[in-house]
Amino acid sequence: MAASAPQCAGSGVSNAKLGVWLFLASEVMLFATLFTTYLVLRLGSASWPRGWETLNVPLAMMNTFVLITSSVTMVLAYAKAVERDLAGFRKFMGITILLGFAFLAVKSVEYGTKFHHHHYPSTNIFFAIYFTMTGLHGLHVIGGIIVNSALYYLSGKEWDHPLFVGRVEGAGLYWHFVDIVWIFLFPALYLL
Amino acid sequence: MVTHDAAHDQHAQAPSGWLRAYVFSVDHKVIGLQYLMTSMLFLLAGFGLMLLMRWQLAFPGQPIPIIGKLLSPSLAPNGVMTGEFYNALGAMHGTIMVFLGIVPLAVGAFGNYVLPLQIGAPDMAFPRLNMMSYWLYLPGGLLMLSSFILPGGAAQSGWTSYPPLSIINPGQTVWLLAMVIIITSSLLGAINFLVTTLNMRARGMSLWRMPVFVWAQLVTSVLLLLAFPPLEAAAVLQFMDRVAGTSFYIPSDLVVLGLRHRASGGGQPLLWQHLFWFLAHPEVYVLVLPPMGIVAEIMAANTRKPLHGYKTIVLGMISVGVMSFVVWAHHMFISGMSPILSNFFLVTTMIISVPSVAILTCLIYSLRGGSIRFTTPMLFALAFLPMFGIGGLTGLPLGLTATDIYLHDTYYVIGHFHYVVVTGSIIGLMAGVYHWFPKWFGRKMDDRLGRIHFWGTLLSMNGVFFPMFIMGMAGVSRRLWDPTAQAHNLTTQHLNVVSTASAYLLLLFQAPFIYNFFHSIFKGQKSEENPWQATTLEWACPSPPPHGNFEKPPCVYREPYDYSPRGCERDYIPQNVEAA
Repeated sequence: MAASAPQCAGSGVSNAKLGVWLFLASEVMLFATLFTTYLVLRLGSASWPRGWETLNVPLAMMNTFVLITSSVTMVLAYAKAVERDLAGFRKFMGITILLGFAFLAVKSVEYGTKFHHHHYPSTNIFFAIYFTMTGLHGLHVIGGIIVNSALYYLSGKEWDHPLFVGRVEGAGLYWHFVDIVWIFLFPALYLL
Repeated sequence: MVTHDAAHDQHAQAPSGWLRAYVFSVDHKVIGLQYLMTSMLFLLAGFGLMLLMRWQLAFPGQPIPIIGKLLSPSLAPNGVMTGEFYNALGAMHGTIMVFLGIVPLAVGAFGNYVLPLQIGAPDMAFPRLNMMSYWLYLPGGLLMLSSFILPGGAAQSGWTSYPPLSIINPGQTVWLLAMVIIITSSLLGAINFLVTTLNMRARGMSLWRMPVFVWAQLVTSVLLLLAFPPLEAAAVLQFMDRVAGTSFYIPSDLVVLGLRHRASGGGQPLLWQHLFWFLAHPEVYVLVLPPMGIVAEIMAANTRKPLHGYKTIVLGMISVGVMSFVVWAHHMFISGMSPILSNFFLVTTMIISVPSVAILTCLIYSLRGGSIRFTTPMLFALAFLPMFGIGGLTGLPLGLTATDIYLHDTYYVIGHFHYVVVTGSIIGLMAGVYHWFPKWFGRKMDDRLGRIHFWGTLLSMNGVFFPMFIMGMAGVSRRLWDPTAQAHNLTTQHLNVVSTASAYLLLLFQAPFIYNFFHSIFKGQKSEENPWQATTLEWACPSPPPHGNFEKPPCVYREPYDYSPRGCERDYIPQNVEAA
């Protein structure tokens, strides 16, 4: 039971960043469950429609590029925040937010066409999983837009707050995660 | 550590105003007490539902005395409950006890109040997130409870909500909504606990100097973080099945009451069972690990010697946590899944019992050679050992496929898991209430009333649950509204009366506790900073701790349980004392 000099205890990662990573861990479990469900249902059904025959691949392809581009602009916004360049941060964060809206707009066009052709979640198990997974992903995109817009708004007031750059980094981690989920969703639903 | 200091500065001054200080407080101690009161009320509510059910089980077809007249005629015509109402009571009893009672009490209340103190932190890492956890939990719980009076009534498909019944039965939609809110609350809490434990420890509080209770909360938080999202996803899918007409869990050509079900089909009912138990088995350890941690703290302080095998206990908890993710399908041996899978889950289930037994053995061995103080919390902690032992050991026949085929879905199963979560978890949590009460309110609870509560509770709990083993082995199925409807149940029907009488006795013996609790808050014997002469950090600050907890950040110099050290005047050295 020897007593020794106390040392600083801690993980070395800031609270906010560690919190975001842990949140993403739970999100991984959420989407992993949905992908598992997709696999189980697909393997268990007698027939499965080809994604490219029922869904609009070019539109989804475009959306993929929109999201990937928004990830790049998100990184640039973070870099500008680190460099303490407020105008640059606002420019790239603004583009990121607009790209998020663009993704949602394309998605709603897609949904609209599906409804027009009387394809609903209740139509069959393929459309059930298609609407549920892309819908939940869409909600995550909306969440990201809200967070990013809040940071854009706060950048005027709290630019010099010691935690501001960390918050941008956390929002960036989340935005990349939303992007990665789509990178998995796109081939799983449209191409395979 | 920029954020650490920032959190410190931000909350250095106490909040002003009644609303900020007591209702929408960001102080972990106030939030802990909010969780304590709310979860104990939910426990009482869940217990009340069970008392109604137990009347029907002991005296089927006879009107419920007093309360029967108050119930609406649609639920209980002439005071006799309908089968549908019985099912709703059963589903809500399980849900309330697990998700609104024990978890919020074990994690929300004890974790919130005690964990930051034990690691020497001024507050949680994210105080506002902490407040949000509670303010999601309370509305989620109230929504769940309110489903009794909403059109469609409460959920009727058991706390497990197996489809396709859960998709056809009324009431389930509100259950799913409430669950998603409660799960979100748990997730926020889990992130907060993990970051706090990893980042906010006092100087010198290395991982291997953390009290067992902190370790238990850490492992619990990991389980909540990783096991709850799959249920959230599964609940979203079930919600879609009910609201959007999808058929994730509805097989093709399902026939209900002679009519073909309207859904398109193609789904898999078994999928829900897998996703549900992927959460619900780790959930069992969420219910059990914090009470184990509480019992370990109390044992060390009341045996006046270091815990036997501190590292074994911690490693045991970690391995239980990891293993709990690969045992879920032992709940599904007779569901029709592949026998090859059954064998896998049989083996992992036998393996997970090893670390559990190791932890319990360490705790029992900690008694050896100790000079035991038989305080009220210690009595509860001592009772935890054999009672949880019965609960654990009776689980083994359910983990073996051969015996499970006979025992599955009988009262034996109900007896088993109630020994784990009632005589195990709840007894452990009761021990914690008596142990930390002086820290919370600066006064002690009365010992004489505590002893009456202890002996009455212990005996009547065994009276409630032990007959269930016998009934189960005699072949009585669970979820029976009227057990006398089947002839083979008549031979054990008298045991249902014993069980019901014990349940009412159990209610009676909570009266001294409730009186003692509220009376002691105001009139109890004053308690100093460290009434139990314990070593961990929560006893190094005033009772109750002021805003910000410690006058100056504490330093930790030694292992958590330095009791009866050699060549020392006192029989304990607190963690924050440098010289022996």
